[in-house]
Amino acid sequence: MKNDLILRVIAKLLIPFIVMFAVYVQFHGDFGPGGGFQAGVILAAAVIFYALIYGLADARKVVPESVVESMMALGVLLYVGVGIAGLLLGGNFLDYFVLDPDPVHGQHRGIFWVEAGVAITVSGVMLKIFYMFADRGKADE
Amino acid sequence: MAVTVWVIIQSRNLFSVIVLGGIYSFLMATVMVAMDAVDVAMTEASVGAGISTVLLLGALYLCRSEEAQPMRKPWLPLAVSVAVAGLLVYGTLGLPEFSDPQAPIHVHVAPRYLNEVKQEVDVPNAVTAVLASYRGFDTLGETTVVFTAGAGVIALLRRRRRDRQS
Repeated sequence: MKNDLILRVIAKLLIPFIVMFAVYVQFHGDFGPGGGFQAGVILAAAVIFYALIYGLADARKVVPESVVESMMALGVLLYVGVGIAGLLLGGNFLDYFVLDPDPVHGQHRGIFWVEAGVAITVSGVMLKIFYMFADRGKADE
Repeated sequence: MAVTVWVIIQSRNLFSVIVLGGIYSFLMATVMVAMDAVDVAMTEASVGAGISTVLLLGALYLCRSEEAQPMRKPWLPLAVSVAVAGLLVYGTLGLPEFSDPQAPIHVHVAPRYLNEVKQEVDVPNAVTAVLASYRGFDTLGETTVVFTAGAGVIALLRRRRRDRQS
């Protein structure tokens, strides 16, 4: 699909909006439907879309494999880090009330970082699986 | 949805099966929206219909697009799945009626979550509050499961590539 002009132009037009929508779903998850899981998947879908149109090699240049692999671990570590931050500040594991002098703000802060961790891990894993499958297809040719 | 499932069973072309699976996911998402579970519907639409369809198509690219003829008649697996399905249906008979306000799930912790969420967390979407705050441990587990799945795929596929090079 690399030489199809229409697809290339439309993809270039659409991808910023897909990424924007992912960010919206991530940060608007407190107010409407959405959250880390959905945002991570939509973000991964944007990169997969790019890879389908422009080829895997170009997608690897945009989001290198090493970044994807570190994203997988980073998300879980961020999540656990929020839990440990709660411990260090004198609460229980994953206790958000102590993250801020105002308990309600502490909750907001905890949810924000936890959702960010979920989104990072989910999009990393989805991208990694896609890279793996697409790569094997090329190796077999 | 029943029609989609029937066509999936009948079809031997894996490409159409995958596309129909995506359609089924979208129909399922519609059902979720109708039941006011917008968060779940969104997940179903993006994961079930989006990513998994793409991944299955990627897997299909690696193998033939026609389903192989089974080597023998699958009577034993059929019997096992029918038995399990019967058991599950029998189990649902013991469940409380649908949308019964006195069902245990509605009287245990749900009222506390819904009543206190405004003072304690002050997040308008109660689903997010329950997911990330009240049930933070469960979500941590889910994230770890996703991470483990990715690590498993890496372990399985990367080894093979190294074998081929050597």
